[in-house]
Amino acid sequence: MDLKKIYRKIGFPRLIISAFLILLLIVAAALNIPMSGILQDIFTRFGMNAILVLAMVPSIQSGIGINFNLPLGVIFGLIGALISMEFGLTGWTSFFVAIGIAVPLAIIAGYLYGLMLNRVKGQEMTVGNYFGYSVVSFMCIFWLVAPFKNPEMTWAMGGSGLRVTLSMASTMGGVLDNAFRFEVYPQWMPKWLVSFLEIVPVGLLLTFAVLAAIVWIFSKSKLGTSMKVAGSSEAFATSNGINVDRQRLLGIILSTVLAAIGIIVYSQSFGFVQLYNAPLYVALPAAASILIGGASLRKAKIIHVIIGTFLFQGLLVVALPVINILSEGSMAEIIRIVISNGIILYALTRKEGEAA
Amino acid sequence: MIVPIVFLIISLAGFVLSGLPLNFVLNEMVFRLSRNLILVMSLIIPVITGMGLNFGIVLGAMAGQVGLIFVINYGIGGIGGVLVAVLISTPVAILLGYLTGKVLNKAKGKEMITSMILGFFANGIYQLIFILLSGRVIPIKNKDMLMSTGVGLKNTIDLNIIRKSLDNLFFGNITPFPIVTLIITALLFVGLYFLLKTKLGQEMRAVGQSMHIAGVSGINVDRTRIIAIIISTVLAAWGQIVYLQNMGTLSTYTNHEQVGLFAVASLLIGGASVNKASWKEALIGTFLFHLLFIVSPLAGQNLMGNAQIGEYFRVFIAYGVIGLALLLHAWEKNKSKTQLSDI
Repeated sequence: MDLKKIYRKIGFPRLIISAFLILLLIVAAALNIPMSGILQDIFTRFGMNAILVLAMVPSIQSGIGINFNLPLGVIFGLIGALISMEFGLTGWTSFFVAIGIAVPLAIIAGYLYGLMLNRVKGQEMTVGNYFGYSVVSFMCIFWLVAPFKNPEMTWAMGGSGLRVTLSMASTMGGVLDNAFRFEVYPQWMPKWLVSFLEIVPVGLLLTFAVLAAIVWIFSKSKLGTSMKVAGSSEAFATSNGINVDRQRLLGIILSTVLAAIGIIVYSQSFGFVQLYNAPLYVALPAAASILIGGASLRKAKIIHVIIGTFLFQGLLVVALPVINILSEGSMAEIIRIVISNGIILYALTRKEGEAA
Repeated sequence: MIVPIVFLIISLAGFVLSGLPLNFVLNEMVFRLSRNLILVMSLIIPVITGMGLNFGIVLGAMAGQVGLIFVINYGIGGIGGVLVAVLISTPVAILLGYLTGKVLNKAKGKEMITSMILGFFANGIYQLIFILLSGRVIPIKNKDMLMSTGVGLKNTIDLNIIRKSLDNLFFGNITPFPIVTLIITALLFVGLYFLLKTKLGQEMRAVGQSMHIAGVSGINVDRTRIIAIIISTVLAAWGQIVYLQNMGTLSTYTNHEQVGLFAVASLLIGGASVNKASWKEALIGTFLFHLLFIVSPLAGQNLMGNAQIGEYFRVFIAYGVIGLALLLHAWEKNKSKTQLSDI
């Protein structure tokens, strides 16, 4: 195949970022930074973030573009997790109760938000972004006055108002990550399998695989196909008898639900629930990830999620230890800001439909 | 006019709840108006040119801070320091404004979200320059500005040598109020008024009405848009200098971040919309927004027994009013679109 074709297939941003990642990996090897730790971090962070990135797929496919209002779903995911923690549930029950509470709430919220978005076609990203900010800042007040009573969750002084970060260690922390890990591994297990299970959070990755498969099968179904048609051309979809507004509703509901599940999975792996302003910082990295993966404002596939999350998180994971040795820690943060916003900017300034 | 009235009622209720003396509030207000009006004004021209709310004024604020950092580095105090800061920051702002305009011309129809992301992106570059390169690649003479490692500027930089040097110029002995700053602000507003009467101003209006028609009638649309953004960015740089000389300390890495949000919220609370803004809305909006700012922590304290609630409430108001204004604007635009296709 001729080189130009390959280059165009990979795309400029991916080429640069992959090259940078490889360079960092080589430097990491040269600096004798343990590879197993880096690999474990990459896999864990991939699993933590991939579902939130996956949430971008239905919204892009249904023509809404990047869902900057990811915080909406995240809020309901957090509420689910908080309620299950309030009751003192532990382990898998805690996890599934959280999902069980979060999903219906996210469906309702996504539906209402979708109704609103259908009235502001063409401006979804700007409106969504500020709508998300407003919801998050409104919820800051809610977290302060919410009737949660569990002393592990509220401020020690005064006994009301939720803390900024709540530990999940005693509830659902790490249920997915450690699903296939044991305190003592059985004798029959070969050594390589043990170290594989220690490095790779199989349960976490399987969760993502299941959700990704659902989204993939859905996008191949009749309903999913009409959603994609509605997203690619409104006029064409209408002339084929597809109710565009309904398809967009479907897309945003799916996206919101995935965001809710995504934050629960993220929190259990991270070990903490982060409240107050934390949900503000969910949408931009997710948007950056899927765009790095090769999606555009009009087109997104599962493979974009996988490539993008892997590259973006990989970069962050490898950059941190390398840069801590070579320079100050703030460098890693700066790289994150420049890359994530740079890629979104790049996508916004492309012509419609062109891949980033 | 409904938005300013609603906010007037909220602010007045907050004022009563806070129990603050009127004298104190009015006093505080004069200072807040004098230091924020230029920043809010910098948003007007892009709105008229049809580019929506320019969240990219963050870049202008950065340019202003670059000027101030230069001044502090060479220890130029007093009104001379402020003038040098203006002289240094203006070309920087022109360059940044030009680049912003170029980027926004590639993202027509998505200017607002693009300018916002551009602000975030520029923040990364700004940190790169002032955290990593200052003191290492960029020579810094004044060692007091650097962190103890000798690399990177401190989080807060003392602007004492130029503090209030513009505010108290000429009239400093007679009154504590920032007379000169208010005069300059008024002059800038008058200048803006006359700019909009010139040929350039008319072209901006035409581009704001319809890019297509303006283009057909021989106006260079892209150039007009770039000029609008340059003016906006330069005004923001000056506004940030005026703001910081009043405050007296520079939070090197955070001062510019909120500029876009607060200025945009102020303008919208005054009753402006995404495609209509004038000096009246800027003045009314800045007044109301800062009235809310002054009273809300104490009102929250007295109403709910928690000052933090008032704090969150005003952030919610800032975001909420922007969200609502954008929502209403997009809604209107969509309605007119469907009506056209129905015919």
